[in-house]
Amino acid sequence: MSDFTPSQTVGPFFGFALPFPGGAEVAEAGPGTRRLEGQLLDGAGEPVPDGLIEIWHRERFGRCRTDAEGLFHFTLPPAPHYNVYVFARGLLRHLVTRVYLPGGSDASLERVPPERRATLVAGEDGGTLRWDIRLQGDRETVFFEPVP
Amino acid sequence: MPEDFHHQPGPVFGRVKVGAGDSDLTRQHSGEPLGQRIVVTGRVLDGDGRPVRDTLVEIWQANAAGRYIDPADQWPAPLDPNFTGAGRCLTDAEGRYRFVTVKPGAYPWRNHHNAWRPAHIHFSLFGPELGSRLVTQMYFPGDPLFPFDPIYNSVPDPRARERMVARFDLETTEPEWALAFRWDIVLRGRAATPRAAD
Repeated sequence: MSDFTPSQTVGPFFGFALPFPGGAEVAEAGPGTRRLEGQLLDGAGEPVPDGLIEIWHRERFGRCRTDAEGLFHFTLPPAPHYNVYVFARGLLRHLVTRVYLPGGSDASLERVPPERRATLVAGEDGGTLRWDIRLQGDRETVFFEPVP
Repeated sequence: MPEDFHHQPGPVFGRVKVGAGDSDLTRQHSGEPLGQRIVVTGRVLDGDGRPVRDTLVEIWQANAAGRYIDPADQWPAPLDPNFTGAGRCLTDAEGRYRFVTVKPGAYPWRNHHNAWRPAHIHFSLFGPELGSRLVTQMYFPGDPLFPFDPIYNSVPDPRARERMVARFDLETTEPEWALAFRWDIVLRGRAATPRAAD
């Protein structure tokens, strides 16, 4: 079936509409939850300040707009990995990726060429997970193809 | 895409508070916004043509003068103190959504010389599966700016572009009140089969 409604860019003016209070809290902070911090970067390594990141885990989703430095953050429930959506004005269609906990692996990650797997694995910094998203360039994050 | 990814069920929306008034963008302030009052309605369908029920539909748009309330929008068209331009609703059992708003104006965007966006409403949808997620824009029929807009024309297939254009709907148009536009949205993925009792 090919009559899907096409995607269009999210544009630059969603900030008053899509973020919602507590949106970055995919779980309420508590035992076992993790804080994830990261930066959305373009092909030149510059921050992307008006992007939108969504992280979904099971039936819950969180949403965080990147700030002037391209920074985003989430509070996440315990899980081996999380599904991530990236929206930005330069993207005609959103990008889909995944972030794994340090040392995490599964069949999906093992299908990624070994030299690129590190782009999907968070680092750890004093208990906080650290994971940047690079839209292009040498260390471009692995993005997964949309559904055929 | 990992094979276990795109067919996982999409999220539910208990965390996003959807109030009954959120779908009427003309009643979010003390007075009515200026502009042409319109009803925008349609159905959200899956790839098999089945209704996608209880899914979150979010919209955002410029006011009738073509200005967004977003502080990043700084071109010299007036803001309307009675218009924010953001709405949300959940689809009903038949996949229907309905918004009341005003027709957004065209606006310049400096992409190239004399670049103007055709009037449009941004839509964000979730759908039945993780792979159904869609952010897109709805356009109005007969807009003279279509041939000049690189965003509209970023969809290469002309028939696919037409699927982003609503049609005028006289049946839904409300006498002495509001013009109506009908726009159906087709998402990737499959909605759950309705239960026998439905």
